[in-house]
Amino acid sequence: MVRLITHNLLACHVKGCTRNNFPLLFENVQIEIQESDFNPDFLRNFMPKLEWKALVDAARQLGDTSLPLEQPEMVDEEFLKALHHVLLEIHVMEGAMVCQNCKHVYPISNGIPNMLLAEHEIG
Amino acid sequence: MSRPELIAPPEIYYGDTEAQKYTANSRIQQIQADMTYRALELLNLPPDEPSFILDIGCGSGLSGEILDEQGHIWVGVDIAPSMLEVALEREVEGDLFLQDIGQGFGFRPGSFDGAISISVIQWLLNAETSHPTSSPPHRLTRFFTTLHSALKNPSRAVLQFYPSSDDQIQLITSIAQKAGFGGGIVVDYPNSKKAKKVFLCLFVGSGGAQHVPQGLDGE
Ligand SMILES: [Zn+2]
Repeated sequence: MVRLITHNLLACHVKGCTRNNFPLLFENVQIEIQESDFNPDFLRNFMPKLEWKALVDAARQLGDTSLPLEQPEMVDEEFLKALHHVLLEIHVMEGAMVCQNCKHVYPISNGIPNMLLAEHEIG
Repeated sequence: MSRPELIAPPEIYYGDTEAQKYTANSRIQQIQADMTYRALELLNLPPDEPSFILDIGCGSGLSGEILDEQGHIWVGVDIAPSMLEVALEREVEGDLFLQDIGQGFGFRPGSFDGAISISVIQWLLNAETSHPTSSPPHRLTRFFTTLHSALKNPSRAVLQFYPSSDDQIQLITSIAQKAGFGGGIVVDYPNSKKAKKVFLCLFVGSGGAQHVPQGLDGE
């Protein structure tokens, strides 16, 4: 399961690919929604780690428009619920993540992304 | 019996049959669970607060279930597809990645609040091909450098492993230190052949401590 919480932390790790290598772009994805326990404290602690624009873009790409374009300064329950859903309940099951810079394709099959590199791509 | 890491690379060794056997064996499950609890203790996370954890070599999710049970959110990486299949069947909650840790990670700096690894990094000591980037020091360097960067400051990584010699411990710790980690080796029950366990307890920044934790002793 690739969830957006993990996607938001993931850059391309191909040798020499150090610029414009984040975020990876989703392609041909199939998603599944799976409910999970709401934990506002975890979300509050996690928020500083997020690249907000990348998160909003990825969520929109997956059809979820519930997040505001700017990360709000006032964090209320309604916002945290939307954030919880986007980060932890949308699972990408099939498709691929593609690096915008080097175009490396990380295929996702049965919910598991294949991050293996070829010999010449290893740093 | 030979050590599994000397028989074949992990993704071959843990084929469908071994993956099922490994996961179903209750003795292995118990040992794995005990080591996971001990690793979490050494990780010294803030109490009663869910953390974001990397499980290195998560296999079939035996440690992941414990992370779930303790309320943590986690990401698991493993090189053996059959093990990950079993993890999916067991419906663990973490995100699973097919990844060779010797190739390094692509996680953004400061992503994780901590990392654990149970019985995995001895696999990095076996070169799979003659290609220069596959030598154990290269693989260990990529692993530790990208792991160090993926962890927040301060935090810890606790990696239980089975060294086959003091030279291996020396090699692994020196590369971890070069990658920027502090900390060192914790040996539990050093005088017991059966119960002895080696944990590499690594700190990013201070890791929240001045000293490497004490190993357990007695029975
Ligand atoms: Zn790239």
